[in-house]
Amino acid sequence: MLSYILSRLVALLASLAVASVVIFVMIEMVPGDPAAFMLGLNAAPDTVAALRAELGLGGSPVERYLRWVTGMVQGDFGISYTYQVPVAELVAARLMVSLPLAVMALLLSTLIALPVGLYAASRRGRAGDWSVMGITQLGIAIPNFWFAMILVVIFAIQLRWFSAGGFPGWDAGVLACLKALILPAVALALPQASILARVMRSAVLEVLDQDYIRTARAKGLSHRRTLTDHAFRNALIPVLTIIGLQFSFLIAGAIIIENVFFLPGLGRLVFQGITQRDLIVVESVVMLLVFAVILVNFMVDIAYGIADPRLRRQ
Amino acid sequence: MRQVTSAFVKMPTSLIVGIMLTSLFLVAALVSFLWTPHAVESLNIAARLQPPSGDHLLGTDHFGRDMLSMLMVGARTSIAVAIVAVGIGMGLGVPLGLLAAAHRGGWLDDLVMRGNDLVFAFPSLVIAILITAVFGPSAFNAILAIGIFNMPVFARVTRGSALAVWTQDFILAARVSGKGAARISVEHILPNIANVLIVQGTIQFSLGILAEAGLSYVGLGAQPPLPSWGRMLADSQTMISFAPHLAVLPGLAIIATVLGLNLTGDGLRDLLDPRLRRQR
Repeated sequence: MLSYILSRLVALLASLAVASVVIFVMIEMVPGDPAAFMLGLNAAPDTVAALRAELGLGGSPVERYLRWVTGMVQGDFGISYTYQVPVAELVAARLMVSLPLAVMALLLSTLIALPVGLYAASRRGRAGDWSVMGITQLGIAIPNFWFAMILVVIFAIQLRWFSAGGFPGWDAGVLACLKALILPAVALALPQASILARVMRSAVLEVLDQDYIRTARAKGLSHRRTLTDHAFRNALIPVLTIIGLQFSFLIAGAIIIENVFFLPGLGRLVFQGITQRDLIVVESVVMLLVFAVILVNFMVDIAYGIADPRLRRQ
Repeated sequence: MRQVTSAFVKMPTSLIVGIMLTSLFLVAALVSFLWTPHAVESLNIAARLQPPSGDHLLGTDHFGRDMLSMLMVGARTSIAVAIVAVGIGMGLGVPLGLLAAAHRGGWLDDLVMRGNDLVFAFPSLVIAILITAVFGPSAFNAILAIGIFNMPVFARVTRGSALAVWTQDFILAARVSGKGAARISVEHILPNIANVLIVQGTIQFSLGILAEAGLSYVGLGAQPPLPSWGRMLADSQTMISFAPHLAVLPGLAIIATVLGLNLTGDGLRDLLDPRLRRQR
């Protein structure tokens, strides 16, 4: 098990290294000088040069890359050009919105998808199964940001149960904040739940074909107990992988959904960074998101190794 | 030939529905090159936000443009972006997958597969945003961004299916007759995995439509004046309380196209892979 974890750890570090180089090179390719951009057209050349040095833009690309990476490892993400505050502070504040949103969406989709998938599998080939398959097929086809807009029309504009967007801030109370995140979380969870329910269904069906299920039934275990005790638990392994893979889609989806609901999360931070040419923010937040995805995949690999010892030998 | 006809007799309902939905939008996109009910470039503010009527079957938008015409031209953009993106993914991914399978276990195989894992680990939209941030938002860069992330999908599917074909006896026969790995890959492996690639292509096509809509919605895809479903949705957002049809129609177009493609993909898989059919 230790060598398995080590091999995954090496893969994790290699991925991070390559990802950081790719992101750094891409940002280097952006035309224009951020210092000149910040100071405007009439800036004197020596003022621009001074600001360049202050922003850490001096030196060769290799030096800048090393400075960026070592800074990040120490928790120093640089100073935002436009906000004039450390990027780490900005990110921490935005995470307070993005993280609860991601967790809510993930919980919601899992809580919906697992029972629904199990139900569909238990009704294989019958009306209940067909309707679940039909509804999830539709759920996969719906763009989450469009679904978000429709939710706003129904629940914010027509029924006035929720506000159409914005975030009150955690000072305003936990309940008010959770309420502001409900519609975005539902919009994010719908396509995820649809995919997950289908995966759950086929995973359970696969397990139900196994000999040990027949044995369980033969020794007198009821259909229901077989499903909950044997099928459900064994089906969780492939489902776990998909939940891990979905995390990257969740992050991507959250970027768009945050824009629909004007939530001050990481996604909006990236967009503001792009429009304001605040490249240090874009660079660091993108690296952080990639890190999160790679880390989650690493943890899924480890969990998978714990759940299924055969994989460790690979 | 007999096999083909019997397959058509047993064509699954989902495939029929899928092909009908998909071709509806393909035809709309093709027709839009020759004819649209109204010109999409012509603004007519006096006739803005009209409900559906005989003249404007689906009403007009905030600039008085005909919604049906906009949707038809938008279909062209979405489909073109998705098709080219799938083409890039297939064009690069399939040769890589064939290469990896031909050198199974070797360093080339390792290199291709590790590279794949790496691209997979990247949150695709985040990188798409990065690409458009660097090179500027345009339909072309959206294609590039979506295409890159199609590549590892095709490489992986190709390698997996090709490995199974490599173990077959007729491949051994081809090797004995003196054919090299490259020739075998092209002449024998590729035709035998075409089914799988077509199915995967359909699925990636539908994901491409969704991705294009998302990128255009946040302003990183097709730029004005080129109509696109995602941009129509973005434009409609501020008017959603008094003109919901502006948001509903492009959304329904996206859903119908994606649904059609997914049903086609599922149906084709059932049709082309008899093993799956028996399982159900």
